[in-house]
Amino acid sequence: MIRFDRVAKRYPPGIDALSALSFEMTAGDMLIVSGHSGAGKSTLIKLVAAIEKPTSGAVLVGGQNVGTLSRSALPFLRRRLGLVLQDQKLLFDRSVFENVMLPLSIIGFPPKEAMQRVRAALDKVGLAMREKALPIALSGGEQQRLAIARAVVSRPALLLADEPTAHLDAETAADVARIFHEFHRAGVTVLIATYDGHLFPDARTLRLDHGCSVA
Amino acid sequence: MRERSAWITDAQSPDGCLKFPMNIWLVNHGRALRIALRRLIAAPLITLLSLLAIGVALALPAGGQMLLNNVQRLMGSTSATPQISVFMATDAGRGAATELGARLKKHPAVKQQRFLPREDTLQRMKANAGLREVIDVLPNNPFPDAFIVTAIDDQPATLDLLVEEFRQWPKVAHVQLDSAWARRLEALLRLGRNVVTLLGGLLATGLTAITFNIIRMQVLTHRAEIEVSQLLGATNGFICRPFLYFGALLGFAGGATAWLLIAAAAWWLRTPLDELLHLYEFTYSLQSLSLADAALLLGIATGLGWLGALLSLGQHLRHS
Ligand SMILES: Nc1ncnc2c1ncn2[C@@H]1O[C@H](COP(=O)(O)OP(=O)(O)OP(=O)(O)O)[C@@H](O)[C@H]1O
Ligand SMILES: [Mg+2]
Repeated sequence: MIRFDRVAKRYPPGIDALSALSFEMTAGDMLIVSGHSGAGKSTLIKLVAAIEKPTSGAVLVGGQNVGTLSRSALPFLRRRLGLVLQDQKLLFDRSVFENVMLPLSIIGFPPKEAMQRVRAALDKVGLAMREKALPIALSGGEQQRLAIARAVVSRPALLLADEPTAHLDAETAADVARIFHEFHRAGVTVLIATYDGHLFPDARTLRLDHGCSVA
Repeated sequence: MRERSAWITDAQSPDGCLKFPMNIWLVNHGRALRIALRRLIAAPLITLLSLLAIGVALALPAGGQMLLNNVQRLMGSTSATPQISVFMATDAGRGAATELGARLKKHPAVKQQRFLPREDTLQRMKANAGLREVIDVLPNNPFPDAFIVTAIDDQPATLDLLVEEFRQWPKVAHVQLDSAWARRLEALLRLGRNVVTLLGGLLATGLTAITFNIIRMQVLTHRAEIEVSQLLGATNGFICRPFLYFGALLGFAGGATAWLLIAAAAWWLRTPLDELLHLYEFTYSLQSLSLADAALLLGIATGLGWLGALLSLGQHLRHS
């Protein structure tokens, strides 16, 4: 499903975020990326979603080299991903419901069925009662779960999450982890960057240190 | 297990929704239109001011066009085809007149000729109270027999030759070409038309610039939404569509505003203009834009709004 082949990423002033990173994930895998702050976890996630392009090496997603993807092909890669970024990128002038609706509008889902799906996704993350609220009225944990609902509403085959349990109390973090486990059990390939590796005891872990994989 | 299969089935199809290709088109456009309308209504004051700006910009050339059309219609109703008046000598006698009439009829360059007997002219002039007193003092009819001639070919050069020819004929006292005013008016009309075209071009550019700027501001205020949509897999078309509809709607509504302004101006000017024309013995009523012209106005306005939005998006979405 995902393959990194000696991938390096250098940001403009000369900061090496990742160097010669290679790893592989098969469909249905769950992989935890851990490491200190600045280790390159977010960079790894962004490379998979083609938000950043690798400086060298190849990033393959579903057999496709996403580093060389054309601008017009990009949307179709993104549609196959569920993406929860570190800064969740919620739309604060739209209701909870509309935030989760957006990915379905983008793929032109018939409105009636889309509404059912949005409700199902909100139900899954325990936000069914808050659909009319604005994101600003949600707690940090609720915003995190909203971002997850938006990522899974289109039922992607691959779910990427960057620090989905950051700033959450132990109990809420466990709740969020449980949601990811459910998706994993349902067959979704899950890639999570997190400090809270202990929340996913069964998952394989890729440990990063200054952009290099350490065993 | 049921849940598992439900999540997986969709996961397998690449963009989740290839099953409804026809609907996608409708749903997408319906959505874009709704968003555009909502944005127009969300800032009513800005929308109103924009409409006024666009409306006035369009009303100038469109109003000019309306006036030109009216002038042309007025000219048409008073026969702009040049006529040659042939006046006979007052002592010519009816026999000479009949002879001249026959000669005109046979002339190959003459399309039509109308005889005005001097008695009729006298009667017509007597209808005017002021003139009657003067005429009554005169010992005999001061008016000659006359012919009104229209030529087959009304090119100025041909007409001038014809006038010269008629002047040589016996018992003809005076020949006059009545087309000078019509020609002057026609030249003025031509100039007016050029001015309107020029004005139209300038203000169309202005309108495009107005929507360009409005869409630029829209893009800036919707930065976050655009960025998130791109992250979620929105195509450029999906992102641009609401803005294009916004521009087109703004143009359309601006065109409608212009049409209303023109209709109001026409209504306002109709009575005083009627009175003025009546003084010059014309009966003519000012016409507002025709249905076809109004449709053209709306179409052009919509197109220009769309164009402004397109140019703006090309400029402001390129690097995001
Ligand atoms: N856009 C950027 N421009 C320049 N340098 C960047 C950029 N993004 C990240 N970096 C640098 O790359 C390195 C890796 O960053 P990254 O965000 O991947 O770390 P991280 O492991 O996610 O850290 P954290 O746990 O704090 O989120 C850091 O040194 C960071 O300063
Ligand atoms: Mg990070």
